[in-house]
Amino acid sequence: MTTHLVPSRPASAGRVRLAAERLELAYDEHVVVDDLSLELPEGSFTAIVGPNGCGKSTLLRALGRLLRPTSGQVLLDGRAISRTPTREVARVLGLLPQTPIAPEGLTVSDLVARGRHPHQTWLQQWSRGDEAAVAEALARTGMTQLAHRPVDQLSGGQRQRAWISMALAQGTDLLLLDEPTTYLDLSHQIDVLELVAQLHAEHGRTVVIVMHDLNLAARYAQRLVAMKDGVLVASGPPAEVLTERLMADVFDLEARVVPDPVAGTPMVVPVRRLHPVHLPGEG
Amino acid sequence: MTAQAPERPTSAGRDATAVRVGPVSGRIRGRQVAVPLIAAAAVVLVGAISLGRGDYPIGLADVLRTLVGQGEARQQLIILDLRAPRVVVGLLVGLALGLAGALFQTFARNALASPDVLGITQGASAGGVAAIVLSGTSSTGSVLGGVGIPLAALAGALVTGALLFGLTWRAGIDGHRLVLVGIALWAVAAALTDWLLTRADIHDAATAYVWITGSLNARTWNHAAPLALSLLVLVPAALAASRVLGVLQFGDDTARGLGVRLATAQAVVVLVAVGLTATAVAAAGPVAFVALVVPQIAVRLAASSRPPLLTSGLLGAALVLTADLLTRTVLPQALPVGILTAAVGAPYLLWLLVRGRRRSTL
Repeated sequence: MTTHLVPSRPASAGRVRLAAERLELAYDEHVVVDDLSLELPEGSFTAIVGPNGCGKSTLLRALGRLLRPTSGQVLLDGRAISRTPTREVARVLGLLPQTPIAPEGLTVSDLVARGRHPHQTWLQQWSRGDEAAVAEALARTGMTQLAHRPVDQLSGGQRQRAWISMALAQGTDLLLLDEPTTYLDLSHQIDVLELVAQLHAEHGRTVVIVMHDLNLAARYAQRLVAMKDGVLVASGPPAEVLTERLMADVFDLEARVVPDPVAGTPMVVPVRRLHPVHLPGEG
Repeated sequence: MTAQAPERPTSAGRDATAVRVGPVSGRIRGRQVAVPLIAAAAVVLVGAISLGRGDYPIGLADVLRTLVGQGEARQQLIILDLRAPRVVVGLLVGLALGLAGALFQTFARNALASPDVLGITQGASAGGVAAIVLSGTSSTGSVLGGVGIPLAALAGALVTGALLFGLTWRAGIDGHRLVLVGIALWAVAAALTDWLLTRADIHDAATAYVWITGSLNARTWNHAAPLALSLLVLVPAALAASRVLGVLQFGDDTARGLGVRLATAQAVVVLVAVGLTATAVAAAGPVAFVALVVPQIAVRLAASSRPPLLTSGLLGAALVLTADLLTRTVLPQALPVGILTAAVGAPYLLWLLVRGRRRSTL
C-alpha cells in the first residue's frame, strides 16, 4: 500500500542530491528496510518520521553511507555513494549520529575543529580556511562564548549545538541529522530546529532529519517521509502526508489533524490507540 | 573557573597557537610542546647518569664527552660497548611500550586496553618461558631453544596479537570486544605459562621467572639492533596514525562521517601496536605496567583529551630507564627492571589521580 505522493515543487525546483534506489537494509540476517526508493532534491528540507523501530534511523545511516545496503544503492549527485571515496563524500555530506561520543575533557572548539578532518592532510592540519570555518561554525550556532568549555560539562541543548557546529564546520551543503531533538525539552527542541531551519534557508543546504515530534516535523520540514515496518508509506508536503488516515495506518492512532494555529501546518491531536497493547492482568 | 575544573585538566583557557610555514600548518599548545621536551630531557639525563654508574663509575661530564666522541679510549670501551646497549634497549623498550599503550587505549576508548591486559605481553611470556623450559626436553623444545628466547617471545606475542585481531575483527574492531577477547587470551597465555613453570626444574624456573619480570641485564648490541630497526618502521607508522586516532575516538559513525576509512584505520592501529609490543618484549621480556600506566600519566601531564603519542613514548623511555637506574644503584641487590616499573609508575599515577580530584573539590 505504498502511495508515492506528488512532490509539491515542480521537478525543476532542484536536481536530485541524494537518492535511494530499491534499498534493502539489514542488520545481520534481520531485514529492517525493504525495497525503498526515495529522492531528495537540492535545497529540500525533509523529515523522516515513523513509529519506533520502523527503520528511519537505519535509512538515514544508509543515506550517509554508514550502512552498506544488502541490495539496491544510494546515489549522491548521481554517483553510487559506496563507490565514491569516503573522504570525498565527507566534503559534501555531513552527518550527526544519534548518540555521538565526545572524549572526556574535550573542549567545544576542539570538537568543532575535528569537523575539518576531511579537508586536512597530515602536513596541513590547521590552515587559515580551517580556522575561519571553525570560527564561523561556532558563531552560527551561538557557541563562541562556550568554545573553551569541555563538551561533557554542557547541558543537553548546548551539547547538541556543539555537535551541529562540528557538522557545520565540515562545510557541507548536505546535512543528515539523526534525532537531534530527542532528549531535549520543548524550548531546546525549538532552539535546535530554528537553527537547522536557518542553516537550510541560508545557503540552500539540503537537510534530512529523523525526528519523533510530528507537529514540529510538519512545521519545520518542507517534506515528510513516513515509514512503517521498513517500508516507505508516504512522502510529500506535510499537508498531504500528515492525515488522519496516515495516523491510523502508520501510528495505529485515532487522531484529529487540525491546522497548527501558529504555522498553519497540520497538527496532530491524538484521541486513542486503535489496537491497544494488552498489558498482563487486563481482561 | 576553577570551581568547575574537572578531574582531568582540559585544554580550556590555554589557547592553541596556529603555526603555518608554507604548505605546512598545525596547532600547538604550550603543554603539548613543553611536556615532551621535558620528557626528552629526562631521558637524556637519566640515560647519561645510567651510563656512568657501575663497578667503574664515570662522571656525567665524561659520559657526555664520550657520547659526542671526545672521550678516552677506556671510557669509550666501557660506555659504548658495555653499558650503552643496556641503556639503548631500555630506552627503546620504554618508547615502544608507551606508544603501544597510547595506541590501544585511544583506539579502544578504554584506559584498561593495554598490551598487558590484552594478553600480548602474556603471550610473549608463554613463548619465552617455553623456550627456557622446553629446550632439551623434547624435539619441539629443542627447536624453541634453538631459536632463542627473544624469537620465541616475539612469536608468542605475534601469535597472541594475531588471535586478538582475528577474534575481534567483524568488519571492523569494537573497543569493548577487543578488551574482552584480550582478557580471555591473557588468561589462556597465563595458564600456559604457569603450566610450563610447574613442569620446569628449579634452575629453569628461576631463569624463566627473572625473564618474565622483564630484565635489561646483559643486553648487547645484538638485542638493541633488531629492536632499533623495527622501531625505525613502527614509530613513524604510529605517529602517522595520530591524526586518524584523533577522529577514531569519537565513535565509529562520527569517524566514518568525517571520511575515515574505518576498517583500514583500525587494522593499521592495532597491527602497529601489536608490532611495537612484540618487538619490545622480545628484547627485554614483558616489562610490566609501562604500556598501561604511561599513557595515563601522559594524558594528565599534557592536559589533552587523549594520550599524546610522542609524549607517551618518551615518558615510557624515561620510566624504564629510571626504574633500571634505581634497581642498579639504590637497591641492595640488582633486581629485574620490571619489578620497579610497576613500583614507580603506579604510585605516580595514583598521585596524579588524587591530586586531580582534590583540585576539583576546591
